[in-house]
Amino acid sequence: MTRADLDGVPRPDAQLHFGVFVQGVNHWTIWSDPSSGSQIDPATFLRVARTAERGLFDAFFLGDGLRLRESEGGIHELDVAGRPDSITQLSALAAATERIGLVSTSNTTFNEPGDLARRLAGLDLLSGGRAGWNMVTTHNAWTGENFRRGGFLDHADRYRRAEEFLSVARAVWNGWAEGAVAGSTDARSWSVPDAVGRVRTRTDHFDVDLAPTLPRSAQGHPVIFQAGDSGDGRDFAARNADVIFSAHGDDFDDALAFAEDIRRRLRAAGRPEDALRILPGTEIVIGATEKEAEEKARWVRLQQVTPAVALGIASRLWGFDLSGRDADGPLPAEDPVVAAYDGKFGTRQLGETLDTVAEWRAKADANGWSLRETVIELGPQHGHVGTPAGLADTFARFARHGAVDGFNISPYLVPDGLDDIVELLVPELQERGVYRTSYTGTTLREHLGLAPVA
Amino acid sequence: MPRPALHLAVEIDGDGAHPAAWRRAAHSPGELLTPRRLARVAAAAENAGFTLVTLDDSILPPGDGSAAESGPVGRIGAVERAAFAAASTSVLGVAPVVATTYAEPFHITSQLSTLDHVSAGRAGWVVGTEEDPAAARAWGRPLVEGADAIAREARDGLRVVRDLWDSWEDDAVIRSVATSRYLDRSRLHAIDFTGETYSVKGPSIVPRPPQGRPVVLAPAGLVPAGLADVALVGGATPAEVGEAAAAAGAPLAFAEIEVALDTPGATARERIADLERYTPWDGGRGRLRYSGSAAGLLDLLTELGGHVDGVRLHPLVLDEDLAVLSRLVLPELFARRIAARPLPGTTLRTSLGLPRPLSRFTTDGAATLVREETR
Repeated sequence: MTRADLDGVPRPDAQLHFGVFVQGVNHWTIWSDPSSGSQIDPATFLRVARTAERGLFDAFFLGDGLRLRESEGGIHELDVAGRPDSITQLSALAAATERIGLVSTSNTTFNEPGDLARRLAGLDLLSGGRAGWNMVTTHNAWTGENFRRGGFLDHADRYRRAEEFLSVARAVWNGWAEGAVAGSTDARSWSVPDAVGRVRTRTDHFDVDLAPTLPRSAQGHPVIFQAGDSGDGRDFAARNADVIFSAHGDDFDDALAFAEDIRRRLRAAGRPEDALRILPGTEIVIGATEKEAEEKARWVRLQQVTPAVALGIASRLWGFDLSGRDADGPLPAEDPVVAAYDGKFGTRQLGETLDTVAEWRAKADANGWSLRETVIELGPQHGHVGTPAGLADTFARFARHGAVDGFNISPYLVPDGLDDIVELLVPELQERGVYRTSYTGTTLREHLGLAPVA
Repeated sequence: MPRPALHLAVEIDGDGAHPAAWRRAAHSPGELLTPRRLARVAAAAENAGFTLVTLDDSILPPGDGSAAESGPVGRIGAVERAAFAAASTSVLGVAPVVATTYAEPFHITSQLSTLDHVSAGRAGWVVGTEEDPAAARAWGRPLVEGADAIAREARDGLRVVRDLWDSWEDDAVIRSVATSRYLDRSRLHAIDFTGETYSVKGPSIVPRPPQGRPVVLAPAGLVPAGLADVALVGGATPAEVGEAAAAAGAPLAFAEIEVALDTPGATARERIADLERYTPWDGGRGRLRYSGSAAGLLDLLTELGGHVDGVRLHPLVLDEDLAVLSRLVLPELFARRIAARPLPGTTLRTSLGLPRPLSRFTTDGAATLVREETR
């Protein structure tokens, strides 16, 4: 594409930002393939992080979850389960990588701000300003059973707590003035008098009084990431976040509509439109030809959605045990059963479930799909499938029209699933001028092109 | 030939054991809070031949907070430092202090399990307490008041952490393609802990650590005997230390020793006097203290070898004393077979001669033992 072809394109100089998301607990990471490695061995995380760094990615992300998933009254056993504590794992990766951002998913409901802010600040210093914090909230008493504070928070309250949490964290990160530490061992004291402040906060959720123990990092403080598709979640991100995750990255129109909605909310919050990077989660399947890519994608789906997995997903939707049924047969004839919401597992309402099942039935009938095919076609994971050149064209268009600022890629194979992307896709993106050819900064905030922390 | 008995640990928090140690450090004050400095100290301890390092911690700034002291008020979290140090070393054990008074035991388990995974089985845990009421305000949690309540939180926290380490049996991840099952849920266990002040359901979110359980070090008397692997004991003389070790009831006992050594530039006495100009070196912790020549320390450690299983050294100034320990003390201990370096590729438990514990939930223990022995 020449410069002339870019006339009239809203963002001709747009640059894509890539993150890699090692989810841990999930059923999209194919564990059954012989090339699939350990999901907990440090070598796995190191290999993914170093590959991403070779591909000049902005960030390496880890997921979080504070109770193992259960279904049918027992621990869910079909999917990858078990994962490291993210800040601890990332602190180790800080020693073994040079440039890539290290983003921890950490929960605001079951942590305390003085402690978590300090841990994140430690990661930020140990990595030379490469830390990020993906803020997540949890509201259910079911997770609370693992914590002293226990707990249930209603939907609105958990965002209020998150917002107050972030405000305390920012105060902790900003507690030391520039040059708070003496320049020489002959000084009167280690710290410059009055250069270290105290944080005293009393809000609905917190009553904290502490002396911050760390200076600001090379990037000021950790980059704030937030996911959340509800109106509350989007508004929270528009007010507070540097990066928003979304599930709106597969379809151009859908992605653009989401991005425009977020920009509206940013304006309403009094922030510039370019204050927030939009990085939808996605999965990328690459083939040498379109046909080969489609065949590979089909293989990926069949590995991800085994007959047992399909029956497990359908069981959770229908609300009763379907194991033993034929996944390659038709959808269950019975109506779904949904227990009254008791604050434990999730918020699905019976009406929503009936609508989903009706949609599944209609599409299965129309296309002649089996239960397993229906799960594959209508399940949440889709992503992008194509040749390196075709995908590069698609992604360049997404970025140049402001539909996305990049992607947060979940590899379907760990640890090798990024290799294709780094070796084949990244060079095509570089040729199109839509991807960096070297790191130009050292901090995550610089990689993302975000304004310095005030 | 039996392995030499004395295990060597060194505390590497801050610039050293003396509150004014920063004044004799070989770096500028701000450098204390950098990854470069941490990696350098960890490398020095590993190259010297220590079996493990410990890293002190608190949510409160280090030091006693008095105006007279004027020492460092900055500290990166010990778990984060330990994970970083583990990734920049290869045989050194790493044991952060984590206090159980206000932290969530569920998080402590995950952090220490992860430390054991990232270090391939070199993790330890020094069970800590937060005694200053200011810690409750910094945490934003109700005050835990009095020695009994603090000991209760240590005991309950340790029990929960141990049980959560056991909550995944070693072979819970089965990756059975034939049955489409990644896990065998019969090998995962809710711990259903109910204590006096809280309950925890479980299981852990982190698969069982490589060592089964990271090595637990605790001050003697803090937690019930048998819950810790290593008791940290004090005393004014080697004989007193020996009595404390015998009474501790843990599988191993390490003597706590503060050391100040003669360096090429200054004697130990001169170095202490230099720092005493700013702050007295408080002897109130009940630890043995040694100051003088490397030869004298060798004699003391040789004598202690008859009383305890190991020592944890608290050097006056890390940048000065680690160098002397590395050049003059540890090589001689190894040469005389009083102590041994950790062997590459071994876990911290193996270095310390501790068995790898089975999960307490393991139902077919005998079968598991056989599998481990034939690995």
